[in-house]
Amino acid sequence: MPETAAIRQGAFDQLAARAAAVTFTPCPPAARFVFRGRPAGFAAAGDAFGVALPQTACRAATTGSRSALWLGPDEWLLLAEDGAVAAIEAAFADRLGQQPHSLVDVSHRNTAVEIAGPAAADVLNAGCPLDLRLEAFPVGMCTRTLFAKAEIVLWRTDAQRFRVEVWRSFAGYLWGLLDEIRREHAA
Amino acid sequence: MLLIPCPHCGERPEIEFRYGGEAHVARPADPSALDDEAWAAYLYLRNNPKGLHAERWRHIHGCGRYFNVLRDTVSDKITATYKAGEPRPDLPATEAAE
Repeated sequence: MPETAAIRQGAFDQLAARAAAVTFTPCPPAARFVFRGRPAGFAAAGDAFGVALPQTACRAATTGSRSALWLGPDEWLLLAEDGAVAAIEAAFADRLGQQPHSLVDVSHRNTAVEIAGPAAADVLNAGCPLDLRLEAFPVGMCTRTLFAKAEIVLWRTDAQRFRVEVWRSFAGYLWGLLDEIRREHAA
Repeated sequence: MLLIPCPHCGERPEIEFRYGGEAHVARPADPSALDDEAWAAYLYLRNNPKGLHAERWRHIHGCGRYFNVLRDTVSDKITATYKAGEPRPDLPATEAAE
């Protein structure tokens, strides 16, 4: 008599696994700045923010609740806890008062979503042509790039987790497209 | 899709870039000393070579920086990229003749 119990699968098991292959989680509000300056001020800016600005191209550095993401040779995206705007502005004015630099508050311009799961890279690759294999895009790598028609900042925070920073006016476009790709991926 | 090697970020897809025209076009030091013809030549006259062409590109959806590219206008092959402000590299004769 054939053993049927061993191969029995719940009707929902595979569907549930597919649904968990990628998840989108909106990130909580944060204080965000774009810092640009000259090399003489990079160290002081790192002191003021509390995270040494990474000098390697496309790399992010994190200390506690604050992160500095390399965007260009003299440009960084700074992420901090919500409500820290005034304190950060004061710290930069204090340390960099005489140095030519720009510090632009983009806390409300950007919003972010976390994309996590075994299929996270595949789902992102549907809209972003970068090589997202772990060897080519390791944990801690970040870059400004495109997701379909939206400019994003993509940051790999873990092997299967990405943070996507996007302008808030693109939020609906990004989420809608991601969701469509996720459903197609699960089919 | 073409991969363009940005001197800051490495190889990136072409959709992240914008074309910036011919490279190494120096603005005259004293424009008021030029006659109209020389000024018009600076503003509008550009080389249109068949073969290697030095041109500016901007990694607008990446690091945001302008840089220079040596591209073959026939084959679209990019032979060198270098940061803005750096001199045009001398390519070996064999490579330039390709």
